[in-house]
Amino acid sequence: MERGGAGPDRVYLDYSGFSPVDPRVLAVMRPFLEAGIGNPSAPHSLGSEARESLEAARAKVARLVGGAASGVIFTSCATEANNLAIRGVALRSGDRARHVVTSAVEHISVLNACRDLEKAGGAVSMLPVDAEGRVDPEALRKALRPETVLVSIGAACAEVGTLQPMGDIARITRAAGVPLHVDAVGALGRMPLGGEAMGLDMVTVSSNDLYGPPGAGALWVRPGIKLMPQMLGGGQEGGYRSGTENLPALVGLGVAAELMRAEAGHGEPARLAALRERLVDGLAATIPDCRLTGSRTVRLPQHASFVLRGAKADGVLLDLDLCGVAASSGSACGQRTGTPSHVLRAIGCAPQEMEGSLCFTLGRWSTLADVDAVLDRLPPIVARLRQLALPAPR
Amino acid sequence: MATEPKVLIPDRHIDCIGLFCPMPIVKTREAIQRMGVGDLLAMLSDDPASDADVRSWCQITGNELVEVSREDGVYRFLVRKTR
Repeated sequence: MERGGAGPDRVYLDYSGFSPVDPRVLAVMRPFLEAGIGNPSAPHSLGSEARESLEAARAKVARLVGGAASGVIFTSCATEANNLAIRGVALRSGDRARHVVTSAVEHISVLNACRDLEKAGGAVSMLPVDAEGRVDPEALRKALRPETVLVSIGAACAEVGTLQPMGDIARITRAAGVPLHVDAVGALGRMPLGGEAMGLDMVTVSSNDLYGPPGAGALWVRPGIKLMPQMLGGGQEGGYRSGTENLPALVGLGVAAELMRAEAGHGEPARLAALRERLVDGLAATIPDCRLTGSRTVRLPQHASFVLRGAKADGVLLDLDLCGVAASSGSACGQRTGTPSHVLRAIGCAPQEMEGSLCFTLGRWSTLADVDAVLDRLPPIVARLRQLALPAPR
Repeated sequence: MATEPKVLIPDRHIDCIGLFCPMPIVKTREAIQRMGVGDLLAMLSDDPASDADVRSWCQITGNELVEVSREDGVYRFLVRKTR
């Protein structure tokens, strides 16, 4: 398969930050960008073609999510889908006191949508997590109140990779009759997740996370769940997300979803997990005080995150970049504020570790050579930076 | 004779109302970087998380959190640049 994204000499292990668009997706998108097939609401025959393409994309996304196609609402990104789910359900619940339950390790778009409800007089319960970043289903059960209108828990923690016990969580919310929203970014196509079958009520999808184009996403909503639209206009997407659909990107999202589903059935998650294991074992063996964060076993197959003592992540990442390896610290917010991320704080990382957070996310074009390049190049970088960080001898 | 409480006059104000994490801290950090040591910054925020975030940021960076007040859901932080 043609390699997407990064050049042949570059080791790209920041797929959760941005994924290269699959060339097969680009090939399907191209005519939609070049041939004027654009507006699915247009009355002419090209509009009719556009509608058919849009509905085909909707069906493909629904198959990946494991739910009815009629439940797919296309959005501009996963952040918008998270906002639509949380604010949409809460605002539709009327004037009664609104209580939402989420966890301390959610994506910032989930946390901020919840804080916005809090500002408007609602109540938010932030479930703590264990040292691996896992929510305790029993804590969720205890947090539910008669006025709880929504539970929002991501399928996996993007920063430390731990999978949440979604089956247990869904059983609790179903029994309580409370809608469950799941941000499935990072998890779709990499772990078993069936919207209808697992009893999920809303699922957030990111196009780029599936090797589709950026600027597209979706919220799958189980029939019967009531939402208040957050984007008002001409009534596209059943009135729940107005604005002319970004057809080229959504067609691309559809193809990306189909490819993701096919590759999940052909062992891609296992291939990624094997590469991740080599990386985790290799770094543990060659770098002292390099600790895996999150669960060792119940984690995203493409995800390896660590904390280092005695070395700062920004220096390590800069040196890695200079020798051709792109990785991240796992938290864009932390980088911008110069403070430890909310996830590392929630899992109880030691202060000495929090500045040394590294995250490697593998993807469709990751190879054994990529992993071996990190195993070869990272240990001397860490050793050098630790040496520099030592106090000068008197 | 009772002494009058000292009125603190900020050297700079920033308004982060309506913004959420990380922006109140990002804007505080940017403002502080452009100020002189000893200068006082007033930052307004209605993000419920900003109280904990500003306290944590001041602790980590060593800047002094001089005062925190809250009225009608809006926090007012006074931060002195120390280094």
